[in-house]
Amino acid sequence: MTVAGRHDPFGIHGIIVLLTGLGCAFCLIRDYYTPEPGADRLSSYYDEPIKAGILLALIWALIGMFFGDWVAWLLAYPQMTFDADWSSFGRMRPIHTTGVIFGFGGNALIATSFHVMQRTCRTRLADQLTPWFVLVGYNLFCIIAVTGYLMGVTQSKEYAEPEWYADIWLVVVWVAYFALYLRTLARRREPHIYVANWYYLAFILVVAMLHIVNNLALPASLARAKSYSLFSGVQDAMVQWWYGHNAVAFFLTAGFLGMLYYYLPKRAGRPIYSYRMSIVGFWGITFFYVWVGSHHLHYTALPQWVQTLGMTFSVMLLIPSWIAAANALLTLNGAWHKVREDATLRFMMVAAVFYGLSTFEGSFLAIRPVNSLSHYTDWTIAHVHAGTLGWNSMIIFGAIYYLVPQLWKRPHMHSPALVEFHFWSAIAGTFIYVFAMWNSGITQGLMWRAYNQSGTLAYSFLDSVMAMHPYYIARAFGGLLFLIGTMVGVYNVWRTIQAAPAHLTQTEQPALPGSPQAAPLVGS
Amino acid sequence: MTSASHETLTIFAQSWGLLYLALLALGVLLYTFWPNNRARFDRAKNSIMNDETGPWA
Repeated sequence: MTVAGRHDPFGIHGIIVLLTGLGCAFCLIRDYYTPEPGADRLSSYYDEPIKAGILLALIWALIGMFFGDWVAWLLAYPQMTFDADWSSFGRMRPIHTTGVIFGFGGNALIATSFHVMQRTCRTRLADQLTPWFVLVGYNLFCIIAVTGYLMGVTQSKEYAEPEWYADIWLVVVWVAYFALYLRTLARRREPHIYVANWYYLAFILVVAMLHIVNNLALPASLARAKSYSLFSGVQDAMVQWWYGHNAVAFFLTAGFLGMLYYYLPKRAGRPIYSYRMSIVGFWGITFFYVWVGSHHLHYTALPQWVQTLGMTFSVMLLIPSWIAAANALLTLNGAWHKVREDATLRFMMVAAVFYGLSTFEGSFLAIRPVNSLSHYTDWTIAHVHAGTLGWNSMIIFGAIYYLVPQLWKRPHMHSPALVEFHFWSAIAGTFIYVFAMWNSGITQGLMWRAYNQSGTLAYSFLDSVMAMHPYYIARAFGGLLFLIGTMVGVYNVWRTIQAAPAHLTQTEQPALPGSPQAAPLVGS
Repeated sequence: MTSASHETLTIFAQSWGLLYLALLALGVLLYTFWPNNRARFDRAKNSIMNDETGPWA
Protein backbone atom coordinates (compact mmCIF):
# COMPACT_ATOMS: atom_id res chain seq x y z
CA MET A 1 0.00 0.00 0.00
CA THR A 2 2.74 2.41 1.01
CA VAL A 3 4.84 1.93 -2.09
CA ALA A 4 2.08 1.57 -4.67
CA GLY A 5 0.17 4.59 -3.43
CA ARG A 6 3.05 6.93 -2.74
CA HIS A 7 1.53 9.67 -4.89
CA ASP A 8 -1.87 9.45 -3.18
CA PRO A 9 -3.37 9.64 0.34
CA PHE A 10 -3.48 5.86 -0.11
CA GLY A 11 0.27 5.80 0.61
CA ILE A 12 -0.12 7.58 3.95
CA HIS A 13 -2.73 5.00 4.93
CA GLY A 14 -0.23 2.36 3.89
CA ILE A 15 2.24 3.78 6.42
CA ILE A 16 -0.40 3.75 9.20
CA VAL A 17 -1.28 0.13 8.42
CA LEU A 18 2.41 -0.82 8.27
CA LEU A 19 3.13 0.75 11.67
CA THR A 20 0.09 -0.93 13.27
CA GLY A 21 1.13 -4.25 11.78
CA LEU A 22 4.71 -3.85 13.07
CA GLY A 23 3.40 -2.90 16.53
CA CYS A 24 1.21 -6.00 16.65
CA ALA A 25 4.03 -8.22 15.38
CA PHE A 26 6.28 -6.83 18.09
CA CYS A 27 3.70 -7.63 20.80
CA LEU A 28 3.22 -11.12 19.38
CA ILE A 29 6.94 -11.86 19.28
CA ARG A 30 7.47 -10.41 22.76
CA ASP A 31 4.80 -12.68 24.20
CA TYR A 32 5.76 -15.68 22.06
CA TYR A 33 7.73 -17.37 24.85
CA THR A 34 5.31 -16.60 27.66
CA PRO A 35 3.88 -19.86 29.02
CA GLU A 36 0.58 -21.18 27.71
CA PRO A 37 -2.30 -19.96 29.87
CA GLY A 38 -3.27 -22.73 32.28
CA ALA A 39 -6.61 -24.49 32.47
CA ASP A 40 -7.46 -22.42 35.54
CA ARG A 41 -8.09 -19.42 33.28
CA LEU A 42 -11.44 -21.01 32.44
CA SER A 43 -12.64 -20.31 35.97
CA SER A 44 -12.43 -16.54 35.49
CA TYR A 45 -13.85 -14.06 32.99
CA TYR A 46 -11.47 -12.46 30.48
CA ASP A 47 -11.78 -8.78 31.36
CA GLU A 48 -8.62 -7.23 29.87
CA PRO A 49 -10.12 -6.58 26.39
CA ILE A 50 -13.19 -5.02 28.03
CA LYS A 51 -11.02 -2.57 29.95
CA ALA A 52 -9.10 -1.66 26.80
CA GLY A 53 -12.36 -1.18 24.89
CA ILE A 54 -13.75 1.19 27.53
CA LEU A 55 -10.62 3.33 27.50
CA LEU A 56 -10.61 3.43 23.70
CA ALA A 57 -14.28 4.44 23.72
CA LEU A 58 -13.50 7.33 26.07
CA ILE A 59 -10.55 8.51 23.95
CA TRP A 60 -12.80 8.51 20.86
CA ALA A 61 -15.52 10.32 22.83
CA LEU A 62 -13.09 13.18 23.49
CA ILE A 63 -11.96 13.31 19.85
CA GLY A 64 -15.44 13.00 18.36
CA MET A 65 -17.13 15.49 20.69
CA PHE A 66 -14.28 17.98 20.38
CA PHE A 67 -14.61 18.01 16.59
CA GLY A 68 -18.40 18.09 16.92
CA ASP A 69 -18.27 21.21 19.03
CA TRP A 70 -15.69 22.76 16.73
CA VAL A 71 -17.94 22.36 13.68
CA ALA A 72 -20.84 23.71 15.77
CA TRP A 73 -18.87 26.92 16.43
CA LEU A 74 -17.78 26.89 12.80
CA LEU A 75 -21.42 27.20 11.71
CA ALA A 76 -21.81 30.29 13.88
CA TYR A 77 -18.37 31.74 13.04
CA PRO A 78 -17.26 30.49 9.59
CA GLN A 79 -13.81 32.06 9.93
CA MET A 80 -12.91 29.28 12.40
CA THR A 81 -11.46 27.11 9.63
CA PHE A 82 -8.29 29.28 9.90
CA ASP A 83 -7.88 29.01 6.12
CA ALA A 84 -6.76 25.39 6.08
CA ASP A 85 -8.06 22.66 3.74
CA TRP A 86 -8.37 20.02 6.40
CA SER A 87 -10.43 22.18 8.76
CA SER A 88 -13.30 22.86 6.36
CA PHE A 89 -16.80 21.82 7.49
CA GLY A 90 -17.05 19.05 4.91
CA ARG A 91 -13.93 17.31 6.25
CA MET A 92 -14.39 17.86 9.98
CA ARG A 93 -18.06 16.94 10.20
CA PRO A 94 -17.46 13.27 9.23
CA ILE A 95 -14.65 13.18 11.82
CA HIS A 96 -17.30 14.10 14.37
CA THR A 97 -19.85 11.54 13.17
CA THR A 98 -17.34 8.72 12.73
CA GLY A 99 -15.61 9.61 16.00
CA VAL A 100 -18.74 9.54 18.12
CA ILE A 101 -20.78 6.84 16.35
CA PHE A 102 -18.08 4.36 15.39
CA GLY A 103 -15.24 5.36 17.70
CA PHE A 104 -17.13 6.06 20.91
CA GLY A 105 -20.33 4.04 20.28
CA GLY A 106 -18.64 1.16 18.47
CA ASN A 107 -15.90 0.61 21.06
CA ALA A 108 -18.47 0.84 23.84
CA LEU A 109 -20.65 -1.73 22.07
CA ILE A 110 -17.72 -4.11 21.54
CA ALA A 111 -16.50 -3.74 25.14
CA THR A 112 -19.95 -4.18 26.73
CA SER A 113 -20.79 -7.07 24.42
CA PHE A 114 -17.62 -8.87 25.60
CA HIS A 115 -18.81 -8.25 29.16
CA VAL A 116 -22.45 -9.22 28.67
CA MET A 117 -21.72 -12.35 26.62
CA GLN A 118 -19.39 -13.74 29.28
CA ARG A 119 -21.64 -12.94 32.25
CA THR A 120 -24.94 -14.10 30.77
CA CYS A 121 -23.39 -17.27 29.36
CA ARG A 122 -21.37 -17.95 32.53
CA THR A 123 -18.35 -18.75 30.45
CA ARG A 124 -15.03 -17.23 29.40
CA LEU A 125 -14.50 -15.58 25.99
CA ALA A 126 -13.86 -18.25 23.39
CA ASP A 127 -10.17 -17.43 22.95
CA GLN A 128 -7.39 -15.08 24.05
CA LEU A 129 -6.37 -13.61 20.70
CA THR A 130 -9.57 -12.81 18.78
CA PRO A 131 -10.88 -10.14 21.19
CA TRP A 132 -7.64 -8.20 20.70
CA PHE A 133 -7.77 -8.69 16.95
CA VAL A 134 -11.32 -7.30 16.90
CA LEU A 135 -10.45 -4.29 19.06
CA VAL A 136 -7.19 -3.35 17.33
CA GLY A 137 -8.61 -4.07 13.87
CA TYR A 138 -11.73 -2.03 14.51
CA ASN A 139 -9.77 0.94 15.82
CA LEU A 140 -7.41 0.73 12.86
CA PHE A 141 -10.50 1.08 10.66
CA CYS A 142 -11.61 4.18 12.61
CA ILE A 143 -8.16 5.76 12.36
CA ILE A 144 -7.97 5.09 8.61
CA ALA A 145 -11.43 6.63 8.25
CA VAL A 146 -10.72 9.78 10.24
CA THR A 147 -7.26 10.48 8.81
CA GLY A 148 -8.72 9.93 5.35
CA TYR A 149 -11.30 12.69 5.83
CA LEU A 150 -8.54 15.15 6.76
CA MET A 151 -6.91 14.40 3.39
CA GLY A 152 -10.21 14.56 1.52
CA VAL A 153 -10.64 10.79 1.09
CA THR A 154 -14.36 10.00 1.11
CA GLN A 155 -16.90 8.10 -0.96
CA SER A 156 -19.53 10.72 -0.04
CA LYS A 157 -22.01 8.32 1.53
CA GLU A 158 -23.23 9.56 4.89
CA TYR A 159 -22.01 7.37 7.79
CA ALA A 160 -20.22 5.19 5.19
CA GLU A 161 -17.55 7.66 4.09
CA PRO A 162 -14.46 5.38 4.28
CA GLU A 163 -13.15 4.14 0.96
CA TRP A 164 -13.03 0.57 -0.39
CA TYR A 165 -9.83 -0.69 1.32
CA ALA A 166 -11.03 0.40 4.78
CA ASP A 167 -14.42 -1.18 4.05
CA ILE A 168 -12.87 -4.53 3.09
CA TRP A 169 -10.74 -4.48 6.26
CA LEU A 170 -13.84 -3.81 8.38
CA VAL A 171 -15.57 -6.86 6.87
CA VAL A 172 -12.64 -9.06 7.98
CA VAL A 173 -12.74 -7.63 11.51
CA TRP A 174 -16.52 -7.87 11.71
CA VAL A 175 -16.63 -11.53 10.64
CA ALA A 176 -14.04 -12.34 13.34
CA TYR A 177 -16.23 -10.48 15.87
CA PHE A 178 -19.35 -12.40 14.81
CA ALA A 179 -17.50 -15.73 14.96
CA LEU A 180 -16.14 -14.89 18.41
CA TYR A 181 -19.65 -14.14 19.67
CA LEU A 182 -21.07 -17.38 18.27
CA ARG A 183 -18.18 -19.44 19.66
CA THR A 184 -18.67 -17.93 23.10
CA LEU A 185 -22.41 -18.62 22.94
CA ALA A 186 -21.66 -22.20 21.93
CA ARG A 187 -19.64 -22.63 25.17
CA ARG A 188 -22.39 -21.22 27.37
CA ARG A 189 -23.24 -22.92 30.64
CA GLU A 190 -26.55 -21.12 31.05
CA PRO A 191 -29.16 -22.98 28.96
CA HIS A 192 -31.22 -19.95 27.87
CA ILE A 193 -29.56 -17.16 25.86
CA TYR A 194 -30.43 -13.94 27.72
CA VAL A 195 -32.28 -11.39 25.56
CA ALA A 196 -29.46 -8.79 25.64
CA ASN A 197 -27.39 -11.21 23.54
CA TRP A 198 -30.14 -11.33 20.90
CA TYR A 199 -29.91 -7.58 20.48
CA TYR A 200 -26.11 -7.62 20.27
CA LEU A 201 -26.23 -10.43 17.70
CA ALA A 202 -28.82 -8.59 15.60
CA PHE A 203 -26.50 -5.57 15.72
CA ILE A 204 -23.47 -7.54 14.52
CA LEU A 205 -25.28 -9.55 11.85
CA VAL A 206 -27.33 -6.75 10.28
CA VAL A 207 -24.50 -4.20 10.35
CA ALA A 208 -22.37 -6.70 8.39
CA MET A 209 -25.13 -7.08 5.80
CA LEU A 210 -25.72 -3.33 5.46
CA HIS A 211 -22.05 -2.49 5.32
CA ILE A 212 -21.30 -4.98 2.56
CA VAL A 213 -24.22 -4.04 0.29
CA ASN A 214 -23.91 -0.27 0.66
CA ASN A 215 -20.17 -0.32 0.02
CA LEU A 216 -20.25 -2.39 -3.17
CA ALA A 217 -17.90 -0.32 -5.30
CA LEU A 218 -15.23 -0.57 -7.94
CA PRO A 219 -11.86 1.01 -7.09
CA ALA A 220 -10.53 3.29 -9.84
CA SER A 221 -7.13 1.65 -9.33
CA LEU A 222 -5.68 -0.76 -6.78
CA ALA A 223 -3.12 1.89 -5.85
CA ARG A 224 -5.58 4.72 -5.34
CA ALA A 225 -8.12 5.58 -2.69
CA LYS A 226 -10.89 6.55 -5.13
CA SER A 227 -13.72 4.14 -6.00
CA TYR A 228 -17.09 4.29 -7.74
CA SER A 229 -20.30 2.86 -6.32
CA LEU A 230 -21.98 0.04 -8.26
CA PHE A 231 -25.31 1.82 -7.81
CA SER A 232 -26.38 5.07 -9.37
CA GLY A 233 -29.22 7.58 -9.24
CA VAL A 234 -32.25 6.85 -7.12
CA GLN A 235 -31.17 3.23 -6.56
CA ASP A 236 -27.98 4.52 -4.99
CA ALA A 237 -29.99 6.88 -2.78
CA MET A 238 -32.31 4.07 -1.70
CA VAL A 239 -29.42 1.70 -0.88
CA GLN A 240 -27.65 4.50 1.00
CA TRP A 241 -30.69 5.28 3.17
CA TRP A 242 -31.56 1.64 3.65
CA TYR A 243 -28.03 1.49 5.05
CA GLY A 244 -28.20 4.86 6.79
CA HIS A 245 -31.38 4.31 8.70
CA ASN A 246 -30.48 0.76 9.64
CA ALA A 247 -27.18 2.04 10.97
CA VAL A 248 -29.40 4.00 13.35
CA ALA A 249 -31.57 0.93 13.89
CA PHE A 250 -29.00 -1.76 14.46
CA PHE A 251 -25.89 0.15 15.48
CA LEU A 252 -27.45 2.86 17.63
CA THR A 253 -30.60 1.03 18.73
CA ALA A 254 -30.39 -2.78 18.76
CA GLY A 255 -26.89 -2.91 20.24
CA PHE A 256 -27.71 -0.21 22.79
CA LEU A 257 -30.94 -1.97 23.79
CA GLY A 258 -28.73 -4.97 24.55
CA MET A 259 -26.80 -2.67 26.88
CA LEU A 260 -30.02 -1.37 28.44
CA TYR A 261 -31.51 -4.83 29.03
CA TYR A 262 -28.40 -5.94 30.91
CA TYR A 263 -27.00 -2.91 32.78
CA LEU A 264 -30.27 -1.30 33.87
CA PRO A 265 -31.59 -4.38 35.75
CA LYS A 266 -28.12 -4.99 37.18
CA ARG A 267 -27.69 -1.45 38.50
CA ALA A 268 -31.28 -1.21 39.76
CA GLY A 269 -30.90 -4.59 41.48
CA ARG A 270 -34.22 -5.68 39.98
CA PRO A 271 -34.81 -8.13 37.12
CA ILE A 272 -36.37 -6.71 33.95
CA TYR A 273 -40.08 -5.93 34.39
CA SER A 274 -41.30 -8.23 31.63
CA TYR A 275 -39.06 -10.68 29.84
CA ARG A 276 -41.88 -11.45 27.39
CA MET A 277 -42.19 -7.80 26.42
CA SER A 278 -38.48 -7.76 25.65
CA ILE A 279 -38.90 -10.70 23.25
CA VAL A 280 -41.91 -9.24 21.42
CA GLY A 281 -40.08 -5.91 21.28
CA PHE A 282 -37.00 -7.58 19.80
CA TRP A 283 -38.84 -9.16 16.88
CA GLY A 284 -40.91 -6.03 16.33
CA ILE A 285 -37.85 -3.83 16.15
CA THR A 286 -35.82 -6.13 13.91
CA PHE A 287 -38.69 -6.65 11.46
CA PHE A 288 -40.09 -3.13 11.26
CA TYR A 289 -36.81 -1.24 11.19
CA VAL A 290 -35.40 -2.73 7.98
CA TRP A 291 -38.27 -1.22 5.96
CA VAL A 292 -38.15 2.40 7.10
CA GLY A 293 -35.09 3.79 5.24
CA SER A 294 -37.17 5.30 2.42
CA HIS A 295 -38.63 7.93 4.77
CA HIS A 296 -35.37 9.82 4.17
CA LEU A 297 -36.40 10.23 0.53
CA HIS A 298 -39.88 11.75 0.71
CA TYR A 299 -40.73 13.98 -2.29
CA THR A 300 -37.85 12.63 -4.38
CA ALA A 301 -37.59 10.54 -7.55
CA LEU A 302 -38.20 7.45 -5.42
CA PRO A 303 -41.57 5.84 -6.33
CA GLN A 304 -44.40 7.11 -4.18
CA TRP A 305 -45.34 3.62 -2.94
CA VAL A 306 -41.81 3.03 -1.62
CA GLN A 307 -42.03 6.30 0.30
CA THR A 308 -45.42 5.31 1.71
CA LEU A 309 -44.04 1.91 2.72
CA GLY A 310 -41.21 3.55 4.66
CA MET A 311 -43.61 5.99 6.29
CA THR A 312 -46.07 3.27 7.36
CA PHE A 313 -43.40 1.08 8.89
CA SER A 314 -41.89 4.10 10.66
CA VAL A 315 -45.20 4.80 12.36
CA MET A 316 -45.70 1.14 13.31
CA LEU A 317 -42.19 1.11 14.73
CA LEU A 318 -43.37 3.26 17.59
CA ILE A 319 -45.02 0.21 19.19
CA PRO A 320 -41.92 -1.96 19.75
CA SER A 321 -39.85 1.13 20.58
CA TRP A 322 -42.19 2.16 23.34
CA ILE A 323 -42.40 -1.44 24.56
CA ALA A 324 -38.65 -1.25 25.23
CA ALA A 325 -38.80 2.21 26.84
CA ALA A 326 -41.79 1.22 29.01
CA ASN A 327 -40.14 -2.03 30.01
CA ALA A 328 -37.07 -0.11 31.21
CA LEU A 329 -39.07 2.45 33.20
CA LEU A 330 -41.39 -0.19 34.71
CA THR A 331 -38.29 -2.07 35.87
CA LEU A 332 -37.39 1.04 37.87
CA ASN A 333 -40.85 1.18 39.43
CA GLY A 334 -40.18 0.54 43.12
CA ALA A 335 -36.55 1.61 42.83
CA TRP A 336 -37.09 5.33 42.31
CA HIS A 337 -35.24 6.13 45.53
CA LYS A 338 -32.17 4.53 43.92
CA VAL A 339 -32.62 6.71 40.83
CA ARG A 340 -32.67 9.76 43.07
CA GLU A 341 -29.51 8.81 44.94
CA ASP A 342 -27.45 7.06 42.29
CA ALA A 343 -26.31 9.18 39.32
CA THR A 344 -25.19 6.04 37.44
CA LEU A 345 -28.70 4.60 37.47
CA ARG A 346 -30.08 8.06 36.68
CA PHE A 347 -27.96 8.11 33.49
CA MET A 348 -29.70 4.87 32.45
CA MET A 349 -33.16 6.15 33.41
CA VAL A 350 -32.69 9.34 31.39
CA ALA A 351 -31.44 7.22 28.48
CA ALA A 352 -34.70 5.23 28.51
CA VAL A 353 -36.77 8.44 28.64
CA PHE A 354 -34.87 9.99 25.72
CA TYR A 355 -35.18 6.71 23.82
CA GLY A 356 -38.95 6.95 24.20
CA LEU A 357 -38.96 10.63 23.22
CA SER A 358 -36.75 10.38 20.18
CA THR A 359 -38.51 7.27 18.79
CA PHE A 360 -41.82 9.14 19.06
CA GLU A 361 -40.28 12.12 17.29
CA GLY A 362 -38.79 9.82 14.64
CA SER A 363 -42.13 8.22 13.79
CA PHE A 364 -43.71 11.67 13.66
CA LEU A 365 -41.05 13.17 11.36
CA ALA A 366 -41.37 10.21 8.98
CA ILE A 367 -44.97 11.17 8.13
CA ARG A 368 -44.80 12.77 4.68
CA PRO A 369 -46.55 16.12 5.34
CA VAL A 370 -44.60 16.62 8.57
CA ASN A 371 -41.44 15.78 6.67
CA SER A 372 -42.22 18.52 4.14
CA LEU A 373 -41.72 21.01 6.96
CA SER A 374 -38.87 19.30 8.79
CA HIS A 375 -36.71 17.83 6.03
CA TYR A 376 -33.37 19.54 5.29
CA THR A 377 -33.82 21.70 8.40
CA ASP A 378 -32.16 21.62 11.81
CA TRP A 379 -35.16 19.75 13.21
CA THR A 380 -33.50 16.59 11.90
CA ILE A 381 -30.31 17.58 13.74
CA ALA A 382 -32.35 18.07 16.92
CA HIS A 383 -33.90 14.62 16.50
CA VAL A 384 -30.57 12.90 15.89
CA HIS A 385 -28.96 14.55 18.91
CA ALA A 386 -31.90 13.81 21.21
CA GLY A 387 -31.14 10.20 20.28
CA THR A 388 -27.35 10.24 20.37
CA LEU A 389 -26.77 12.59 23.32
CA GLY A 390 -29.87 11.72 25.34
CA TRP A 391 -30.10 8.00 24.66
CA ASN A 392 -26.82 6.52 23.34
CA SER A 393 -24.32 8.59 25.33
CA MET A 394 -26.35 8.42 28.55
CA ILE A 395 -26.63 4.63 28.46
CA ILE A 396 -22.92 4.31 27.61
CA PHE A 397 -21.90 6.55 30.52
CA GLY A 398 -24.26 4.64 32.81
CA ALA A 399 -22.68 1.35 31.73
CA ILE A 400 -19.13 2.77 32.07
CA TYR A 401 -19.76 4.06 35.61
CA TYR A 402 -21.15 0.63 36.45
CA LEU A 403 -18.27 -1.24 34.81
CA VAL A 404 -15.16 0.74 35.78
CA PRO A 405 -15.20 0.10 39.57
CA GLN A 406 -16.21 -3.52 38.98
CA LEU A 407 -13.57 -4.35 36.35
CA TRP A 408 -10.71 -2.53 38.08
CA LYS A 409 -11.85 -3.96 41.44
CA ARG A 410 -12.42 -0.64 43.17
CA PRO A 411 -15.15 -0.10 45.79
CA HIS A 412 -16.62 2.87 43.86
CA MET A 413 -15.73 5.64 41.44
CA HIS A 414 -12.97 8.06 42.54
CA SER A 415 -15.51 10.86 43.05
CA PRO A 416 -19.28 10.31 43.14
CA ALA A 417 -19.66 14.11 43.16
CA LEU A 418 -17.97 14.33 39.76
CA VAL A 419 -20.37 11.67 38.43
CA GLU A 420 -23.20 13.95 39.59
CA PHE A 421 -21.52 16.91 37.90
CA HIS A 422 -21.15 14.93 34.67
CA PHE A 423 -24.80 13.93 34.81
CA TRP A 424 -26.13 17.47 35.23
CA SER A 425 -23.79 19.03 32.69
CA ALA A 426 -24.71 16.31 30.16
CA ILE A 427 -28.43 16.86 30.80
CA ALA A 428 -28.12 20.66 30.56
CA GLY A 429 -26.02 20.36 27.40
CA THR A 430 -28.53 18.00 25.76
CA PHE A 431 -31.52 20.20 26.57
CA ILE A 432 -29.86 23.41 25.35
CA TYR A 433 -28.71 21.66 22.19
CA VAL A 434 -32.05 20.04 21.38
CA PHE A 435 -34.19 23.09 22.14
CA ALA A 436 -31.91 25.36 20.08
CA MET A 437 -32.16 23.04 17.09
CA TRP A 438 -35.94 22.56 17.45
CA ASN A 439 -36.38 26.32 17.33
CA SER A 440 -34.00 26.87 14.47
CA GLY A 441 -35.36 23.89 12.52
CA ILE A 442 -38.98 24.96 12.69
CA THR A 443 -38.04 28.58 11.97
CA GLN A 444 -36.07 27.46 8.92
CA GLY A 445 -38.89 25.23 7.69
CA LEU A 446 -41.46 28.02 8.05
CA MET A 447 -39.24 30.66 6.44
CA TRP A 448 -38.54 28.47 3.43
CA ARG A 449 -42.24 27.94 2.73
CA ALA A 450 -43.49 31.48 3.48
CA TYR A 451 -44.98 33.37 0.52
CA ASN A 452 -45.79 37.04 0.27
CA GLN A 453 -48.94 38.55 -1.23
CA SER A 454 -47.60 38.49 -4.79
CA GLY A 455 -47.04 34.72 -4.50
CA THR A 456 -43.25 34.72 -4.41
CA LEU A 457 -41.02 33.52 -1.58
CA ALA A 458 -41.03 35.92 1.35
CA TYR A 459 -37.43 35.23 2.41
CA SER A 460 -34.22 34.55 0.57
CA PHE A 461 -32.17 31.54 1.70
CA LEU A 462 -29.63 33.94 3.18
CA ASP A 463 -32.33 35.50 5.39
CA SER A 464 -32.93 32.07 6.96
CA VAL A 465 -29.18 31.57 7.47
CA MET A 466 -28.93 34.92 9.29
CA ALA A 467 -31.90 34.00 11.48
CA MET A 468 -30.08 30.83 12.61
CA HIS A 469 -27.08 32.65 14.10
CA PRO A 470 -28.27 32.90 17.74
CA TYR A 471 -29.47 29.27 17.71
CA TYR A 472 -26.12 28.11 16.38
CA ILE A 473 -24.34 29.84 19.25
CA ALA A 474 -26.75 28.24 21.76
CA ARG A 475 -26.23 24.83 20.15
CA ALA A 476 -22.45 25.14 20.28
CA PHE A 477 -22.70 26.16 23.94
CA GLY A 478 -24.91 23.11 24.73
CA GLY A 479 -22.39 20.91 22.96
CA LEU A 480 -19.59 22.49 25.00
CA LEU A 481 -21.40 21.64 28.25
CA PHE A 482 -21.77 18.05 27.08
CA LEU A 483 -18.07 17.90 26.14
CA ILE A 484 -17.05 19.32 29.54
CA GLY A 485 -19.15 16.62 31.22
CA THR A 486 -17.36 13.97 29.18
CA MET A 487 -13.95 15.42 30.08
CA VAL A 488 -14.87 15.33 33.77
CA GLY A 489 -16.05 11.74 33.32
CA VAL A 490 -12.76 10.71 31.67
CA TYR A 491 -10.79 12.36 34.48
CA ASN A 492 -12.90 10.53 37.07
CA VAL A 493 -12.40 7.18 35.33
CA TRP A 494 -8.65 7.85 35.13
CA ARG A 495 -8.41 8.66 38.85
CA THR A 496 -10.46 5.57 39.71
CA ILE A 497 -8.03 3.37 37.79
CA GLN A 498 -5.04 5.07 39.43
CA ALA A 499 -6.41 4.63 42.96
CA ALA A 500 -5.18 1.72 45.07
CA PRO A 501 -7.28 -1.42 44.54
CA ALA A 502 -9.79 -2.32 47.21
CA HIS A 503 -8.57 -5.90 47.50
CA LEU A 504 -4.91 -6.45 46.69
CA THR A 505 -5.54 -9.99 45.53
CA GLN A 506 -3.54 -9.73 42.35
CA THR A 507 -1.45 -7.14 40.57
CA GLU A 508 -3.53 -5.67 37.80
CA GLN A 509 -2.20 -5.48 34.29
CA PRO A 510 -2.23 -1.99 32.79
CA ALA A 511 -5.33 -1.91 30.65
CA LEU A 512 -3.78 -0.86 27.39
CA PRO A 513 -3.82 -3.26 24.49
CA GLY A 514 -0.35 -4.53 25.24
CA SER A 515 -0.82 -8.22 25.97
CA PRO A 516 -1.67 -10.88 23.43
CA GLN A 517 -2.96 -9.24 20.31
CA ALA A 518 -2.55 -9.59 16.63
CA ALA A 519 -3.48 -8.12 13.34
CA PRO A 520 -2.11 -9.59 10.15
CA LEU A 521 0.34 -7.44 8.25
CA VAL A 522 -2.03 -6.40 5.52
CA GLY A 523 -0.78 -5.09 2.22
CA SER A 524 2.30 -3.34 3.48
CA MET B 1 -33.91 -10.99 -20.69
CA THR B 2 -37.21 -10.52 -18.92
CA SER B 3 -37.29 -8.43 -15.81
CA ALA B 4 -39.91 -8.72 -13.10
CA SER B 5 -42.53 -6.04 -13.45
CA HIS B 6 -43.84 -3.90 -10.63
CA GLU B 7 -47.14 -5.80 -10.96
CA THR B 8 -45.53 -9.23 -10.43
CA LEU B 9 -43.55 -8.08 -7.43
CA THR B 10 -46.62 -6.48 -5.85
CA ILE B 11 -48.67 -9.65 -6.27
CA PHE B 12 -45.87 -11.71 -4.74
CA ALA B 13 -45.41 -9.30 -1.82
CA GLN B 14 -49.13 -9.12 -1.11
CA SER B 15 -49.60 -12.90 -1.06
CA TRP B 16 -46.52 -14.90 -0.08
CA GLY B 17 -44.80 -11.97 1.54
CA LEU B 18 -47.82 -11.24 3.68
CA LEU B 19 -48.19 -14.92 4.59
CA TYR B 20 -44.52 -15.10 5.59
CA LEU B 21 -44.75 -12.08 7.86
CA ALA B 22 -48.07 -13.19 9.38
CA LEU B 23 -46.70 -16.67 10.14
CA LEU B 24 -43.55 -15.19 11.58
CA ALA B 25 -45.53 -12.86 13.85
CA LEU B 26 -47.71 -15.79 14.93
CA GLY B 27 -44.64 -17.92 15.65
CA VAL B 28 -43.03 -15.18 17.76
CA LEU B 29 -46.23 -14.61 19.75
CA LEU B 30 -46.74 -18.35 20.33
CA TYR B 31 -43.14 -18.74 21.50
CA THR B 32 -43.42 -15.74 23.79
CA PHE B 33 -46.71 -16.61 25.43
CA TRP B 34 -46.49 -20.44 25.42
CA PRO B 35 -47.27 -21.30 29.07
CA ASN B 36 -44.43 -23.83 29.38
CA ASN B 37 -41.86 -21.18 28.48
CA ARG B 38 -42.74 -19.01 31.47
CA ALA B 39 -40.47 -20.90 33.86
CA ARG B 40 -37.53 -20.63 31.47
CA PHE B 41 -38.01 -16.86 31.01
CA ASP B 42 -38.38 -16.27 34.75
CA ARG B 43 -35.18 -18.17 35.34
CA ALA B 44 -33.37 -16.22 32.62
CA LYS B 45 -34.34 -12.80 33.89
CA ASN B 46 -33.33 -13.63 37.47
CA SER B 47 -30.20 -15.50 36.48
CA ILE B 48 -28.28 -12.35 35.49
CA MET B 49 -28.67 -10.85 38.95
CA ASN B 50 -25.75 -12.83 40.44
CA ASP B 51 -23.35 -13.55 37.62
CA GLU B 52 -20.17 -12.01 39.01
CA THR B 53 -19.07 -15.17 40.80
CA GLY B 54 -17.31 -16.35 37.65
CA PRO B 55 -17.93 -18.90 34.92
CA TRP B 56 -19.59 -22.18 35.79
CA ALA B 57 -17.43 -25.26 35.41
